[in-house]
Amino acid sequence: MLIKMVIAGFGGQGVLSMGLNIAQAAMLEGKNVTYLPAYGAEVRGGTANCTVAISDDEIASPVASSPEFVIAMNQPSAVKFQHHIQSGGLFFLNSSLIEAEIVRGDIEIVRVPANKIADEMGGPRAANMVMLGAFTKKSGVVGLDNVLQALKYTLSSKKKLIDINEKALIRGYELD
Amino acid sequence: MDGNSAIAEAAIRAGLRCYFGYPITPQNELTEYMALHLGRRKGCTFLQAESEVAAINMVYGASLVGARAMTSSSSPGISLKQEGISYLAACELPAVIVNMQRGGPGLGSISAAQSDYFQATRGGGHGDYRTIVLGPCSVQELADMTMRAFDLADKYKIPVMILGDGVLGQMKEPVDFKREAPDVTPTREGALMGARGRASRVVKTFTSNPSELEEINWSLFRRYQLIKKNETTWDTFMTDDARLVVVTYGIAARIAKGAIKNLRAEGLKVGLYRPVTLWPFPDEPLRELSKNVKQFLVFEMNMGQMIEDVQLALAGQGEVSFYGRPGGVIPTPDEVGRVMSRLYYQKGLRS
Amino acid sequence: MKLIYSRPKSLKKAAFHYCPGCGHSVAHRVVCEVIDEMELQDKTIGIPPPGCSVFAYNYFDVDMAESAHGRGAAVATGIKRACPQIIVFTYQGDGDLAGIGTAETIHAANRGENITTIFINNAVYGMTGGQMAPTTLCGMKTTTTPYGRDHVIEGYPLRMSEMLAPLDGVAYIERVAISSPAGIRRMKKAVAKAFQTQIDNRGFSMVEILSPCPTNWKMTPAQSWKWVGEEMTQVFPLGVYKDVMEPKHAD
Repeated sequence: MLIKMVIAGFGGQGVLSMGLNIAQAAMLEGKNVTYLPAYGAEVRGGTANCTVAISDDEIASPVASSPEFVIAMNQPSAVKFQHHIQSGGLFFLNSSLIEAEIVRGDIEIVRVPANKIADEMGGPRAANMVMLGAFTKKSGVVGLDNVLQALKYTLSSKKKLIDINEKALIRGYELD
Repeated sequence: MDGNSAIAEAAIRAGLRCYFGYPITPQNELTEYMALHLGRRKGCTFLQAESEVAAINMVYGASLVGARAMTSSSSPGISLKQEGISYLAACELPAVIVNMQRGGPGLGSISAAQSDYFQATRGGGHGDYRTIVLGPCSVQELADMTMRAFDLADKYKIPVMILGDGVLGQMKEPVDFKREAPDVTPTREGALMGARGRASRVVKTFTSNPSELEEINWSLFRRYQLIKKNETTWDTFMTDDARLVVVTYGIAARIAKGAIKNLRAEGLKVGLYRPVTLWPFPDEPLRELSKNVKQFLVFEMNMGQMIEDVQLALAGQGEVSFYGRPGGVIPTPDEVGRVMSRLYYQKGLRS
Repeated sequence: MKLIYSRPKSLKKAAFHYCPGCGHSVAHRVVCEVIDEMELQDKTIGIPPPGCSVFAYNYFDVDMAESAHGRGAAVATGIKRACPQIIVFTYQGDGDLAGIGTAETIHAANRGENITTIFINNAVYGMTGGQMAPTTLCGMKTTTTPYGRDHVIEGYPLRMSEMLAPLDGVAYIERVAISSPAGIRRMKKAVAKAFQTQIDNRGFSMVEILSPCPTNWKMTPAQSWKWVGEEMTQVFPLGVYKDVMEPKHAD
């Protein structure tokens, strides 16, 4: 089994920490895992993305040219990455911020109003966790328990944020 | 942990006392990790130098007095360090230099490449010398090879380069550190310390007598031969029955290995030969391999540099093809696999 | 009989290769006298540059390590950071310190590196045969300014002491001249003060020495010493440019 996913959005939306959470959770499950952030000229509010590869076997390349899963947290990412997804793959869209028409008919689209839900919960910055919850449920690549466990690790220096992030994550997981 | 930070942590655990750096993408995490973790350690120094040139010369100073010292950079910055590396080699001083390569020439790109193989394995600066060059292919190897680099540097009194790339530096993988950081960093015996209880010493490179320098050159090359004999390292994967062997190193080797696994599943007898020390280049085992294998594919993320070492090693035994992507383009295992299978059929290896 | 003059202990018993009248011989001897008097011989590392004084390691009987051209301040930084108990001095010429090594010099000074720099300013590249230096005077003829340095083309002589003194990391800077016995006595005091500054951990210290190069200036030794005193000091005025230990400089 080799699964690759790309997570993309604006800088500041927490797309890198989503990737780290998934990578950390997969590690807890004893998988081989690589996490590769796209790096470049730093622009506040610019686009950010990262690639996570999970496998039972050694991972040859941490780069994904045709990922099984893509999470797009904003409009430019949705436009950029929709053509990369493998046929039959899953495309997670943050429908609060994305209006783009998805032309491809050979992929499954999961729309999650992540910002709207996070706002309703009083934690607008936890939109990424709502999406991560939805992703965990729909993709099945990692277990919810391990994602929650990973969250404690990735937020170890910001302990007071764990509570709201956990709630957002579970809320996302429980969406239909 | 990301590869850059893994190198930094491994270096600290290897007894690093002084790190001198200068920002350049894609190795900044290394410098920043040192700033956070090395500078506060007792007796240790982190310093952001005013230039790459200054940084390598600070390494030279710290190595003179017996401290384990290192610097890191990426391709354009490594060019600037070559002056100091030549002096380190000339003065027989240990040091560890990390190059997380990016695309070139010029400012090039910040994406991962293998554009500096020639520069690294031919010495790089002026003068007749070599440096040991290690080519890791995972975050775990970055950590292990960093520790090995310090040991080799001290053992042979030679600068050692870790030749990584932007992807290895940026990617996160699990890593296990095999040593604990020492309470007191080691001091190399025989270092300059002031002439207390002994005659004063001189560390120099310049002489007005060519014969004197010639003897120094001979002595350096005797040591290089010893290094070649003792420290040459390589790795193979499924070469026993292989009809086509891919010769490749670093991140490219990892990509090729993935492709080989896929092709093996389809019944193609392909294997991998990976130089781990890029200098000394493991030529004898490759020659040995050519007794049974007649088709070789050199795969690099450049326009063909290591291929020259492969051709020298094979000395006409077997046929060498090349596939390369320069500029910071990272080929996929599928892409490399297609090249391998095409070659496999073209060369009639199917039957 | 009273002994009033002898070879300093830290000066090796070797005949100088320097030209007659060259300032290096005098500067070497004075630095060695100070090293003896301050009892620093067994805890000092000296950094000579490429140039005529590359062979300084044949004369200074202390641990010596050659630096690449212009990188003395960076090498000294590495040594001092790795082993703060060692007394480190660089010995640099004008091309080395004020040309190719300007960046290393300024930044070491600005960081307040606790090192001492002996800066020999003779307004010319000596070893390579008398080319223009950053400190060559306007109008002065060298092999690369055969018609005299023209500020329109080559710019002006660089005054390093004046440039470095305002930096917060600098503790002590003085410019002296090898042009008279009094000047040499003044130089010795300055060198001693610079080393004391380092021993006291006060930061960067430098003594700039205006030094004769009769061979490349095409002068006799006597003429060249006179030229230092009468011409060079016009462009490079002597004096203390920074001394954090003196109340008027303290801030």
